[in-house]
Amino acid sequence: MSIRVIADKCTGCTLCVKACPFAAITMQPREGTPKKLAVIDLDKCTLCGACVSSCKFDAIEIKAEKESSQDLSHFKGVWVFAEQREGKIQPVAYELLGEGRKLAEELKTDLSAVLCGGEDIEEEVTHLFAYGADKVYLMHHDELKDYKSLPYTRAIAELITKYKPEIFLLGATTMGRDLAARLAIRVGAGLTADCTGLSIDPEKKILQQTRPAFGGNIMATIISPNNRPQMATVRPKVFRKPDKQEGKKGELIKFSPIISPEDLAVKLIEIIKDESIKVNLAEAEIIISGGRGIGEAKNFKLIEDLARELGGAVGASRATVDAGWISAHHQVGQTGKTVAPKLYIACGISGKIQHLVGMQSSDTIVAINKDPDAPIFKVATYGIVGDLFEYVPMLTNKLKEIRG
Amino acid sequence: MVMLDYRLNEEEQMIRDLARKISEEKIKPVREELDEKEEFPWDLMKAFAEADLCGLYIPEEYGGMGQKVLNFCLATEEISRVCGGVGVTFAASALGTAPILIFGTDEQKKKYLPDIASGKKLAAFGLTEANAGSDAGGIETTAVKDGDHYIVNGTKQWITNGGEAETYTLVAMTDKKKGSRGASAFIVEKGTPGFTFGKKEKKMGIRCSATRELVFQDCKIHKSQMLGREGMGFIVAMKTLDMTRPGIGAQAVGIAQGALDEALKYARERVQFGKPIVSFQAIQHMLADMATPLEAARALVYSTARLIDSGSKDYTLPASMAKLFASDTAMKVTTDAVQILAGYGYMREYPVEKMMRDAKITQIYEGTNQIQRNQIALNLIKLAAKKK
Amino acid sequence: MNIIVCIKQVPETTEVKINPETNTLIREGVPAVVNPFDENAIEAALKIKEKHGGKVTVITMGPPQAAEALKTAIAMGADDVVLVSDRAFAGSDTWATSYTLAQTIKKLGDYQLILCGKQAIDGDTAQVGPGIAEWLKIPQVTFAVKVEIDGTKVKVERMLEEVNEVVEAPLPAVITVVKQINEPRMPSLRGMMKAKKAEVKTMKAADIGADKKNLGLDGSPTQVVKIFTPPPKGGGEILSGDPAENVAKLIGKIKERKII
Repeated sequence: MSIRVIADKCTGCTLCVKACPFAAITMQPREGTPKKLAVIDLDKCTLCGACVSSCKFDAIEIKAEKESSQDLSHFKGVWVFAEQREGKIQPVAYELLGEGRKLAEELKTDLSAVLCGGEDIEEEVTHLFAYGADKVYLMHHDELKDYKSLPYTRAIAELITKYKPEIFLLGATTMGRDLAARLAIRVGAGLTADCTGLSIDPEKKILQQTRPAFGGNIMATIISPNNRPQMATVRPKVFRKPDKQEGKKGELIKFSPIISPEDLAVKLIEIIKDESIKVNLAEAEIIISGGRGIGEAKNFKLIEDLARELGGAVGASRATVDAGWISAHHQVGQTGKTVAPKLYIACGISGKIQHLVGMQSSDTIVAINKDPDAPIFKVATYGIVGDLFEYVPMLTNKLKEIRG
Repeated sequence: MVMLDYRLNEEEQMIRDLARKISEEKIKPVREELDEKEEFPWDLMKAFAEADLCGLYIPEEYGGMGQKVLNFCLATEEISRVCGGVGVTFAASALGTAPILIFGTDEQKKKYLPDIASGKKLAAFGLTEANAGSDAGGIETTAVKDGDHYIVNGTKQWITNGGEAETYTLVAMTDKKKGSRGASAFIVEKGTPGFTFGKKEKKMGIRCSATRELVFQDCKIHKSQMLGREGMGFIVAMKTLDMTRPGIGAQAVGIAQGALDEALKYARERVQFGKPIVSFQAIQHMLADMATPLEAARALVYSTARLIDSGSKDYTLPASMAKLFASDTAMKVTTDAVQILAGYGYMREYPVEKMMRDAKITQIYEGTNQIQRNQIALNLIKLAAKKK
Repeated sequence: MNIIVCIKQVPETTEVKINPETNTLIREGVPAVVNPFDENAIEAALKIKEKHGGKVTVITMGPPQAAEALKTAIAMGADDVVLVSDRAFAGSDTWATSYTLAQTIKKLGDYQLILCGKQAIDGDTAQVGPGIAEWLKIPQVTFAVKVEIDGTKVKVERMLEEVNEVVEAPLPAVITVVKQINEPRMPSLRGMMKAKKAEVKTMKAADIGADKKNLGLDGSPTQVVKIFTPPPKGGGEILSGDPAENVAKLIGKIKERKII
């Protein structure tokens, strides 16, 4: 592997120097021209590629030495992990089937769903066909009833080894991320997390995965050319659920995984339900969030009322969680949850960058804040400089009126 | 924002940076609430303890980080910059410990210093009484010898950290007839029978700091708790105050710096008549007249601290000057800061009015600035006389 | 109880700015910090050590300047630190990174618990922790908000989307922690002085017995083919008017956008 500066193309503009997070590039004088040459210190360089993208003259290139020596053509099919909780398949699985269908068409291959669960899980299979799966691989086993890292990794790895899919998509939920990371190592796959875009490279017929990095400040497009399956996790609500075609049929393949005793090392002791959560933030299409401007815990009621009226979820800034006004499950932001709903209403939230990175990809952002200089207004689609104690109840009441 | 580089060594920089980090991250978010609720900052004292900042003036052999007054001043300044109330809580513990440091026997030091150095316990100094402020010689608390004990009766007033501290150093009259040689200093522990606390005072500023009466009713103290010899009480008090004056100077400098920072920030952002107000000469001159004495005060405090750390015994005069000048400067700078923030400065939502309220006390305690002026003049005269 | 904590030095991503002319990231001058979730991991390790005794070793894979992150760990109270650094590691994705760290851990040996932060705030993948667990063939517990050692087992409360789950795993295991688990301590003065004097031990690829095929750019199944900055969010509209008007306007806009 190597990185090099193509001297002929380098104009000494220093854009690369500024882009390098490791201060690995310096400008050195060279013979025959007043333009300096970018020189990369290989001890500091981590091959992150930031300089390559910043160079307007394509004067820096990174070359991976390995060429694909393996024949990967026997890996076929687009698979989607049908995440289930308490026996119900999660919406993200259907969203992935929708996107998976597009990928499968381009690759002229099948779309399959992988479903693990206990005895009753077979009832859910019809939904997977209805949302577009051509095949469903069904694995039921007592130990797969509820998700646990080791048994699920074992079962799905066996399935992958046997049936060799070229692409495997999972929801970037706590389950999906926990599973995918371990599974990828187990089966030797390349894994890209939190993709916001998927497409097929028309020439190489491989998956192109686009995802945010640096807290959402940059986007990266990633490929796994030499490893199969190409694995990716995708956040809920990034893709649309396709239309359901009730009654559509498909092929059901049952597989019995062999779960070994070591896989049962981790035991589930109890589930603690947070009473205040009525809607899962990650799945919500509408989120109303409260910030420091809320003033005290009991004022979250105003937010809850509006959320109920809009059928949305309640979010919170870190300040309110730290102050103990609401549980951490509601926290949106760099150290909380990242959400991208259709509508995000920020009430009394100043818009510190740590909060913004958790919600700035929302479709429509509405901000209500007394302070006209609050940074939240920079990302808001619609901003209202005003008192949330006046506006929030007003909105709630107006909406109630409209509903009759 | 460094106006004058004092060429601090690595250790000094580390202390300043650590104190600043804790102050910014832990004190800033809660200072308004602490002031409003007059709540004692126990959590913050704990944070200082965990950061090893409570023993900056205590020798290593007793669990401290080494006896460096400058280090102590650096920490006090950074803390006070964010909150003068937390700053005085921190500094007053040193005031209560100084008598033990200067006059304690090895046994007494071994008994009391480690817990203070580790931050496990706080200290407080009990000299002032209702009828004895500037006229410290007029104290009426008595300590009457009774076999191996002294029986203490009386009330101390306005004692910082009173009620919260565990270790108290007390000055009481053991023999009224001997006048200035008639007082003695003692170490008293919280919980000693006959030692209780009076009401907590409501103050103009430094409201999170606990200020209480110390009430002694036939409180029996063993003679081994005496600091120095009988009759040395006022000497203990004077030497203690001399040594800790730079600390109060540092507190004042810190408060003033915090106010200057706020004023500068505001002046750069506030736009009137189409321009940031910092572009108006009136504001610029105010800022210059705030920053210059502030730096001079800081230089005076640091120099005095360095002098003490060099082992000199001759620092009474500069210590007085440092306290006097720093506190007068703090009052001026904080008042000007409120003026620069104008209407906003007067509102409790903005931090400068608190800084102004906090600054006032620095002109009053540890010897009022009028007493400081007396002292300075008398010392000058002495110096002049010596030259002959 | 010997605990190994894996940390990463990352740029302070919240301070990264976009160059308005070139629309590229300005990364120079952005301070490097210990990944915030990893600070929580260090704190969790120190708390366990305080309760159960043992040793806390903090390791990181990175370029030479990552040693600064290890010094922060020493200042917080870590007993030992190791920097795994080699040109051969450059360009590592999470496969190669988790492999490299796992090899290092195997070399260090004698550990009962491995703690990692949930994810790094630059890569944002959350993949290295579970990857290490798989390479070491030990159990993993992710998204931990509470960790309790109970003899040779560990009880962990995990923070999931709607509920918390309590699981019990045998040691050794890998646990990744979320921010809500604790408040990382400030470095102590003694710690800072120790850190200043400390020599950070460095291990290279040869020292950890790594198989070249899993290292660096060549050993990474995933490759970055493009980095671009997302188009800047278009300026929004501030609704002016009296409250009743604004409310009506807002509801109108929401309806227009077919949200309700």
